[in-house]
Order: sequence, then C-alpha cells, then structure tokens
Amino acid sequence: MNALHLWIPPNVLWVLGAIVAVLAVATGIVAVMQRGDSTGKHAELAARVKSWWVLVAIFAIAISFRRGIAIAFFALLSFLALKEYLSLIPTRRADRRVLFWAYLCVPLQYWWVWKQWYHMFLIFIPVWAFLFIAMRMVLRGETKDFLRAAGTIHWGLMTMVFGLSHLAYLLVLPDGSNVPAHGAALLLFVVLLTELNDVLQYVWGRTLGRHKVIESVSPKKTVEGLVGGALSTTAVTVAIAPLLTPLTFTDSIAVGLMIGFGGFIGDVTISAVKRDIGVKDSGALIPGHGGILDRIDSLLFTAPLFFHFMKYFYF
Amino acid sequence: MGALLRFLFYGVIVRLVVLFVLGLNVRHRERLPSKGPAILAANHNSHLDAMALISLLPLRLLPRVRPVAAADYFLRNKLLAWFALNVVGIVPLNRQRQHVHDDLLAPVAAALERGDILVFFPEGSRGAPEQLAEFKSGLARVAERRPDVPVIPVYTYGLGKALPKGEWMIVPFFVDIFVGEALRFDGDRAAYMARYRDAMAALAAEEKHADWS
Repeated sequence: MNALHLWIPPNVLWVLGAIVAVLAVATGIVAVMQRGDSTGKHAELAARVKSWWVLVAIFAIAISFRRGIAIAFFALLSFLALKEYLSLIPTRRADRRVLFWAYLCVPLQYWWVWKQWYHMFLIFIPVWAFLFIAMRMVLRGETKDFLRAAGTIHWGLMTMVFGLSHLAYLLVLPDGSNVPAHGAALLLFVVLLTELNDVLQYVWGRTLGRHKVIESVSPKKTVEGLVGGALSTTAVTVAIAPLLTPLTFTDSIAVGLMIGFGGFIGDVTISAVKRDIGVKDSGALIPGHGGILDRIDSLLFTAPLFFHFMKYFYF
Repeated sequence: MGALLRFLFYGVIVRLVVLFVLGLNVRHRERLPSKGPAILAANHNSHLDAMALISLLPLRLLPRVRPVAAADYFLRNKLLAWFALNVVGIVPLNRQRQHVHDDLLAPVAAALERGDILVFFPEGSRGAPEQLAEFKSGLARVAERRPDVPVIPVYTYGLGKALPKGEWMIVPFFVDIFVGEALRFDGDRAAYMARYRDAMAALAAEEKHADWS
C-alpha cells in the first residue's frame, strides 16, 4: 500500500473492497436471472449493474491517490452536471455569455475547497455568484423572461456546484481538528449510503410497493419503497458508521434517516425538473442509468445535509 | 506535414473539445458509413458542426473525410486558406457562378471519385443559430450525378448554442446528434429533397429540445 502512495486509510480501502464484493454478487445474480430468460426484460438491469462497475472504478481511482486529484474529480463532476442541466433547460440566446460566467464558478468554488477557505466556500455561490450573474444579465439589457432565466441559472449553480462541492469539502473537513476521522472516509460514507439508498428504495418498491407516494412527480415511487429503503439504509448506516465516521450510535440513526429521506427528496426534485422540461432521462452518458443528473440527483440533497450535520456536531 | 497537423487537429484537439467542452449524445451511430465514398448531409449552425461530425468517424478514415465548405469564406485570406485546406481539409466550393458554364459541383464530384466521405451542409450557410434554413438543391444535384453514393442525413442540436455565427467564445453545451438512414436518388430532384427534408424533420422530432431564442 505504501508503494502505491495511496492517500486513503486502510478502512476506506476495506470498504471499497466490500463494495466490489457486493457488485460481484449482484453481477452473479443478474447473470442467473438472465439465463432462463430470452425476452431480454433484464437487459436494462444488466446494463445498470455493468455501469456500476465503471462508476465504482472511476470513483475509487479518483479518491485513492491524492486529495487534490479527488477535489479535481468533483470539480469535473460539477462541471458535467452543470453542463447537463444548462443543456436541458430552456436558456435565452442573450445569456450565452452569462452561462460562460456560470461555468467559471466551478473552478473557483473548488479552489476555495482546496484552499480550505470555508467562509468563501459558503458564500461564493449564494452571494457573489448570485449578485454577479444578475448584474451580468441585466447589463445585457434583455428583460423578456429575465426572472425565469436568472432563477434557473442560479438554481443550477446552487445544486450542481454549491451542493455537490460539499462532497469535496468533506475531504478537508477533518483538517486541524482532533476528532479521529479521515476526509475520504466521510466522503465514501455519504456517497455509498446515498447510492445504496437509491438501490434499496428501488428494490423495496419493486417487491412490496403498493401505495403511490408522490404520483404526479414520480409515478413509480411508493410509500413501501421509501420507508423500507430509508429504514434499511439506516440499519446499514448504524452498522458501518463506526468503521468510517466518529458518529455516535444515536447520531448514526439520525444520519441514516436523513440520508434515506433526503436522498428520496433529491431524487424526486430532479424528477420534477425533468417532468417540467418534458424529458425522461437527463442524458445518455451512463448506460442503464441515463445522464449524470439521473445518478447524482439524491446526492444533491444528502451531501449538504450530511456535511452540515458533521460540521455542526463534530468539527 | 499537412497529414500530421490534420491528425493532431482532429485526433487530439477536436476530440478533447468534443469530449469535455461539448459532449455528444449520438443516436443510431451504427448508420454512419464505414467507408467512402459517402456523404453526411447535416444541418448547419456553427463552425463546430463539421468538427463534431468528423469526430464521430474512426481516425483511420480521417485521410478520406473532408467537409465541403464555401470557397469565398474560407479562402478569403492566405492564412485562413492554408488552415482550411491543409488542417481542416475542406473541399472548397464556390457558391456563385462566375460564368454560365461553370460547374460548381465539380470539386465535390472529384472528391467522391477519389472515394472521400464528405460532410455536406445543404443549407449552404450557418444562418440564424439553431434555426433551420431552406435546404438548397445542391445536394440533389450531387446525388443525381452519383446515385451510387449513399447520402446520410444527420441532424445536430446544440452546436449553434455552443458557438453560433458571429461569436468567437465556445460556451459548453451537450450536443445531440441523430443519424438517419441512407437516402438513394430516384430520378427526381424535387422529390429527393422532399425526402431529405422529411428525414431531417423525423430525426429532429426524435427528442424534445428546449427553445432557444
């Protein structure tokens, strides 16, 4: 391990290994399901599992070696997510160059993370970018649909840049504190549980789902999926919290519920955005999943929630 | 030298821009030609159009792939002409006859004779961003001369947002590219253009796109 100059501690490595083992089991199960079936109804599930291998590999490589590489990776993720969002929503021709400034917020926001400039990290998008983008837009002089354009651009910055950058700030959060914790462990913890929660809610909903929870936004989501998923996510949270985080037993229950229900809200919020625009998937980058937004939708809520819980109670 | 520069331009620079700054969602990629001669007939909104389309074809075909472009625009000064001819590798086309007997499509016919894959913009000009202009009948005239060459309609969306006419700064946007089924010439130019228009309209309707105005 020393020869590889890994940045992550052994516990993170062990959890990554466990994820690979779970994926291997899932791949085996899907292969068995596909064997006796010539209708191809499990093809999307198979594509999904295959994509998980790629996503896990990219994530593991991104976080393992250097903190700077990991922060740069999340900057790239923010950029791709923002690009997907801005390509999806109706934008005005007059705002083409305004969007350029919006993109420029990505490297700056992650620069504050790298420099651990916490105050700037917190206010840059909500205050400076908010005011600057509005100024840039109004100087262009186009008033038709001004409020809609200003609102949608800022919403994109708040979610895809500000929201996601909380994941990167988890990497530097333990610096200078005497709480025994590693940034990569905190990051892995919230990403793993959020994605697991998505899968568990899907599985619970598919097997036991009866009652629609929010039909006008996401017709396939059920109360059974939501509650079953959130509770089983909480159980997993309690089990692995001692391995990756300084969370106490009661706090780990709170965090589990927060990720379970927060992830659901993130998921249906992006569903509402897509429904408003009139598309099913946000893109086609990840086979079986859709676009980047389809994959990170839950993280847009769980990342800031988990970050501020940790920041307030532990760091 | 020219071939090396061209390889660096399309193989490295264009591909990096397409991968990170833009990002292409390609539908029906399998309909792209695997050998020349062939014509990709696309809508035209941006200087990026030809670059993005050429990036869809494998690099081994690069020596054979060339965009057909306006001679009056791209050969207007020496430096641009050098870049357009040697690096971009255009087939220059005069849009106006100097003389009644001029054969404007001769360079296109010659390129097809060599077995090239041509990127062709039937609109003839980039026009207003993300808006379709009238398709000119030049495409049908080429097809009439070479009815054996497959013409593949390609509809792109987003490139005119990333780099519209009159702008120099690329703003990142995802781009959707829809590849159609090859068209064959059946003896009637007007009917051929009508089929091309219908094919493009069908490709454009494959996905809902946000307005841009």
